[in-house]
Amino acid sequence: MSAPLARVPGGIHASVRHDSAAGHVSGSALYLDDIPNVPGSLEAALVLSPHAHARIKAIDLTAALAAPGVVAAILAKDIPGKNDIGPIRPDEPLLPTDMVEYDGQPVAAIAAGTLDQARAAAKLVRVDYEPLAPVLSLDEAIEREQFVAPPQIMTRGDVDAALKTAAHRLSGEFNCGGQDHFYLEGQIAIATPGEGREMHVFSSTQHPTEIQHGVAHLLGIPFNAVTCEVRRMGGGFGGKESQATMIAGIAAVLAWKTRRPVKLRLPRDDDMRATGKRHPFLIRYEVSFDDGGLIDGLDLMLAANGGNVADHTPAVLTRALCHSDNCYWLPNLRFRGYACKTNIVSNTAFRGYGGPQGMFAIETIIEMIARHLSTSPEAVRERNFYGIGRNDVTPYGMKVEDNIIARVLEELDRNVDLARWREEIVAFNRQSTIIKKGLATMPVKFGISFNRPALNQAGALVHVYTDGSVTLNHGGTEMGQGLFIKVAQVVAEAFQIDIDNIRITATTTAKVPNTSPTAASSGSDLNGMAALNAAERIKARMTDVAAEQFNIPAGEIVFQQNRVYAGNRSMSFAELAALSWEKRVSLSATGYYRTPKIHWDFATNSGRPFYYFTYGAAAAEVAIDTLTGESRVLRAELVQDCGQSLNPAIDLGQIEGAFVQGMGWLTTEELFWDEKGRLRTHGPSTYKIPGSRDAPPVFNARILPDAPNREETVFRSKAVGEPPLMLALSVWLAIRDAISSLSDYRLAAKLDAPATPERVLEAVDEIRARAAGSGSAI
Amino acid sequence: MNEMCDISLTVNGERVSERVEARKSLVDFLRDDLTLTGSHVGCEHGVCGACTVRVNGEIVRGCLMLAVQCDGASVETIEGVSDSGEIADLQEAFQKRNALQCGFCTPGMLLTAQDLLSNDQTPSRDHIREHISGNYCRCTGYHAIVDAVESVAQARKGSRK
Ligand code: FES
Ligand code: FES
Repeated sequence: MSAPLARVPGGIHASVRHDSAAGHVSGSALYLDDIPNVPGSLEAALVLSPHAHARIKAIDLTAALAAPGVVAAILAKDIPGKNDIGPIRPDEPLLPTDMVEYDGQPVAAIAAGTLDQARAAAKLVRVDYEPLAPVLSLDEAIEREQFVAPPQIMTRGDVDAALKTAAHRLSGEFNCGGQDHFYLEGQIAIATPGEGREMHVFSSTQHPTEIQHGVAHLLGIPFNAVTCEVRRMGGGFGGKESQATMIAGIAAVLAWKTRRPVKLRLPRDDDMRATGKRHPFLIRYEVSFDDGGLIDGLDLMLAANGGNVADHTPAVLTRALCHSDNCYWLPNLRFRGYACKTNIVSNTAFRGYGGPQGMFAIETIIEMIARHLSTSPEAVRERNFYGIGRNDVTPYGMKVEDNIIARVLEELDRNVDLARWREEIVAFNRQSTIIKKGLATMPVKFGISFNRPALNQAGALVHVYTDGSVTLNHGGTEMGQGLFIKVAQVVAEAFQIDIDNIRITATTTAKVPNTSPTAASSGSDLNGMAALNAAERIKARMTDVAAEQFNIPAGEIVFQQNRVYAGNRSMSFAELAALSWEKRVSLSATGYYRTPKIHWDFATNSGRPFYYFTYGAAAAEVAIDTLTGESRVLRAELVQDCGQSLNPAIDLGQIEGAFVQGMGWLTTEELFWDEKGRLRTHGPSTYKIPGSRDAPPVFNARILPDAPNREETVFRSKAVGEPPLMLALSVWLAIRDAISSLSDYRLAAKLDAPATPERVLEAVDEIRARAAGSGSAI
Repeated sequence: MNEMCDISLTVNGERVSERVEARKSLVDFLRDDLTLTGSHVGCEHGVCGACTVRVNGEIVRGCLMLAVQCDGASVETIEGVSDSGEIADLQEAFQKRNALQCGFCTPGMLLTAQDLLSNDQTPSRDHIREHISGNYCRCTGYHAIVDAVESVAQARKGSRK
């Protein structure tokens, strides 16, 4: 599978532009809301619960149904099939029958002639609630053992003995917040009834198969009666994996009832109130270590705020536990994961999928160890890194065989000279009284593959037409990440044809069935291999035709740069396609791929869940204002392992974008629920995602050179969608570093994420008081 | 709530006369009545900038302006400035530098960038970051966008010499 010497334009490892780039810059790329309504189409709106927990006593639709333009309204009882859209565990009603469990939960939906009519009528629905006490805090959920899925445990060695005997021991707790996806295109679906029981659904979804299944369950029809299609999303980030099912499901039930096409597009506030987010986590720890910071025992509790139902929470928690080691060998450990049930919106997949929270936990603990020992986090990490050939088994029993973290960190240091940078920061802080700077690094090891082995499979469908043009289809979805172009590059490479000859078609369950979500960074790994498999099958048949035509062995036929060679004779790829048809040889093939080597035992939380790991490292410099608590990221330097990148330009975009998104999670993006469980930050006016001035003014992202994947992935590339998000933990650690400077780096900040100005200011005051008490104030 | 008004205006250089609801936003009018769907609706709050269009030469938020306010005005959208070639260099730079991913923010971002470059021919990176700060992009992290705008500013400056 090595690349040939003469390169075809648009083949692998080239920085080909995004396939929709021209459409994006001219506004001609169509999103779902841009598709003109067919005559008779209806628009829909939701009625959302104003209570976090309440019994529904009665719902009166009379006024709504009498409102201008209204055609239908639906409640739970109008669902013809099974009222459940749970992706992992069956516990999620599309619409509640007698109980609402979060503020913002859809209770009813209206379809009307226009969007304004539907939204106006939704306000006329009278729901009589009997409010109940909500459970909102993780502490309370843990205390009541109120979980959406059973607790998960990972253990190794004798952690209790290790904690008792070690030279140093620290314990405590801290939190990280959740994160709204804030995809710029909100959730949207258009459901159109077809002949008989057929239902066609356009959905802005990362998981068309789940939409297909969800809609079929709701309508009580077989999977083959439902087709789900998506050409592109205006961003997804995990928020359109399971959450899109609710939207498509409601549109489909309304369409079923009215026998008319129904579009449901949520206004931003409804989107933020009704759909799930990244999980907030509560972390409790007890850790023991020697004088040099070598960790002996770690007892770690991760409690995820799952919200009202399971959704993805159990799997997010598993991934969090599988990343609480980050890059470190932990001989004695007990990791406990709690999937807490609370009365907020059900939290879900979000880029990193628990990985960020797991690394947040271990890296914050390491920083605390460093302060305790008056050394640097880098020195503590150095003592604890996984070894090569020794101390290389993760808490879940997988051997780390591809460890290149040392090389990645060297590369970072070579780019930036960390020691000198550190001196500059310390010198600055010595003469600056109000503004303090912080600097921190962050190593990342992230496991690639879905934890659940069954999801690690993919299909593709490739057709070659007799003019040599090709259409490509696969189960992956395009949300801006550049999956479609990468897979097209793989096919261009296989056939040795210009990428312009390949047309990429919309993802649909009618072409490639039983697909996995486009998630876990696995899109190009899985779909690229499936498409390669399809292309190679067609190419083998075409090779035989050429061999017969030129009367030489098939092994001597070479496809190169739009031509097919037999020694010094040749014909164009198009001529060979036409000849193949003439000879009655099929020019269409499905392709299939399943990731090798992986296995996972859910009962013991052990196995080899990941085909490989990807590595990265970052350094970030921040400044905080000790009078206001405001912070700024001044500089970020990143190195990311992409294996042998399929498309360096696209991958660089993923790295930069993920980093800034991770910064948002850790700094400005605060989800605030009031004491009644109402989300108070449900629009961009109160919920602050990073803007252009928040991105680091000095920002250098680099792809680790010459680092082909040691596993046989598609042309030795590595996945890149999620891992760089965790590089943003360098910003979190740098803010902690700046605060710690107020104690001459002897104390660790008491700080939760996101590090909003309010929290930073509190932490500044707190550390000053503590430092004064211990006589180390500056 | 259904009061209707007659408006006439020019959109991308063409005269348009329509009867619209008094409460209809400019971006909904452009998208629904004129099928100019290149202007996107991201938040309907005036925060994200995805709905940015030009009215009488100034960039505005299409979700914060009513269609009736544009009676007699000249409105330009991404479709218009694409067809006229006015921002061809910016469009090329965005594509080349991969300053777009999902593309949802891109039309608004381009109009805002063009607004900057037509008023300040040699903006610093800081100035670019400042000027586009009212346009959210959730995908790119902005770095590529600033690079692309900066490269066009330099190229335009070079070609003026
Ligand atoms: S839609 Fe107008 S600013 Fe967001
Ligand atoms: S490219 Fe997706 S929001 Fe900017």
